[in-house]
Amino acid sequence: MTQLALVIDLNVCVGCHACVTSCKEWNTSGWAGPLVDRNPYGAAPTGTFFNRVQTFEVGTFPNTETVHFPKSCLHCEDPPCVPVCPTGASYKRPDNGVVLVDYDRCIGCKYCSWACPYGARELDEQQRVMKKCTLCIDRITDLNLSERDRKPACVLACPASARLFGDVHDPDSEVSVAIRERGGYQLMPECGTRPSNHYLPRHRTVMHIDPEALTRVDNPLRKEDLTAYTGEETLDDVAW
Amino acid sequence: MHPAFSVIFLTTLIGAGQGLFLAMVTGQIYATAGFLPAQESRFQAVGSLLALLLLVAGLAASFFHLGRPERAWRAAAMWRTSWLSREVIVLPIVMVLVFAYGAAHWLGWTRPLFQVGRSLPVDVTLLLALLGTLASLALFLCTAMIYAGVRFLQEWQTPLTVSNFILLGAASGFMLAAAYSAWVGNPLVTFFGTWAVILTLAGLASRMAHLSRNALITHRSTTQTAIGIRHAVVAQKTQGATGGSFNTREFFHGRSIQAIDRVRIVFLVLVFALPILLIGLAYVTGSSSLPILAFATQFFGLLAERWSFFAEARHPQNLYYQSVA
Repeated sequence: MTQLALVIDLNVCVGCHACVTSCKEWNTSGWAGPLVDRNPYGAAPTGTFFNRVQTFEVGTFPNTETVHFPKSCLHCEDPPCVPVCPTGASYKRPDNGVVLVDYDRCIGCKYCSWACPYGARELDEQQRVMKKCTLCIDRITDLNLSERDRKPACVLACPASARLFGDVHDPDSEVSVAIRERGGYQLMPECGTRPSNHYLPRHRTVMHIDPEALTRVDNPLRKEDLTAYTGEETLDDVAW
Repeated sequence: MHPAFSVIFLTTLIGAGQGLFLAMVTGQIYATAGFLPAQESRFQAVGSLLALLLLVAGLAASFFHLGRPERAWRAAAMWRTSWLSREVIVLPIVMVLVFAYGAAHWLGWTRPLFQVGRSLPVDVTLLLALLGTLASLALFLCTAMIYAGVRFLQEWQTPLTVSNFILLGAASGFMLAAAYSAWVGNPLVTFFGTWAVILTLAGLASRMAHLSRNALITHRSTTQTAIGIRHAVVAQKTQGATGGSFNTREFFHGRSIQAIDRVRIVFLVLVFALPILLIGLAYVTGSSSLPILAFATQFFGLLAERWSFFAEARHPQNLYYQSVA
């Protein structure tokens, strides 16, 4: 069975919010009506977003790392939001595993948002129904689009290619290989929701630079070497 | 969690309504068993009407919780999986049974249909009382399981949530029955008052157990498991929005810890200490206004209790919304 999902590489994400804006652009102008924006140019703008980038600081100053953390619906394999819905508006698509809300059946009781430990669902103040990431279901299932465009807007927008999209149940897919070989993990595994979206961990990137590399001892041109040679024999001149 | 007044009124009003109906039934069963003189049918009928009014008021309050109240009828669809859906089905059943019970008393349908053993004549009202009691208990269970069933909201996920809803709802209902008896001058004030005190004390034990459990709770989820970074020191710097979002409005009570502590003390006094004191005083002085005051005090206290129940629940999604920028 297919389970479409995102794999987000925290080692690559630079926190530019391109995925947030492209998500908002695509989904606010899509088939499901606008995503509300209240007070967009005022002091306290608020509105519905399917995807947000958060920033966390790890460690104690000055030894800190900044982690940019894109967060959207994880399309759980055992989604706790679906069985609690009293109307059946929340459902998991059987063919590709995407968790969706039928906006015409939702009564806006907010119970599904209580049942989601990740805070992935947001009530739209204007339409007064629950909304969430659809993995751009209208893009990825649109056979009129070319193969390369049949991806979620956030994936296409990411300038760093930090977002991978594919079928996590296919062991040979790009996402499955990334999860398997690069230590992909799930959020809040203790909740037992089995999220389909995975995150690739941050690596500690250390560049070892010693003074000799900076002064280029081995460089035959020796630009930095300001030693005035007076014809004496140096170690470099000796060929054993 | 953000305490929504629609849900606070829904749970307290229908709790009192179910409790009042259970009190009416208890009175009838005691009378059938011969422990009490039989009440006149008018008393049961008006009592049931009062219970029905509370249930209707609770239902009306619940509509204010919905974004799309005009679609509320759809909520009966998923009763196989959703406790909310089950509540939506059981609530009208309770209403119908309470109405039928009151109507049967009003119309005087008390001729025994058949006899169980030698001493128990069964009439329509007794059958409706039995069905209504089962439905009321089922409704208490459905209402409480809506909260106790959210499996990672650890403050709520306990059988104590269910016992609190049943005992506090029943206590307020019996308190109302005592107040109602005092109002109409019925001598059953002492009977209902005694039961109200017993149920209030049982509710106190259950709620105190709940409070002490929640004070010692260790949350399974941490910021570390939320974002999957294994480091002892992780601090949020931004949450993706400066002006707040649904996530910051729905899951935070927005009050200080001192305010929460104050509300907890207020509800402990108003729900448990004062009503028991007032009922005791009413017993000694024979006053007919003190039981009414006792019910009013307890009901206001229950509003604070329900507010506190919501405010105390710390949702794991809050781990993602600890700091704005």
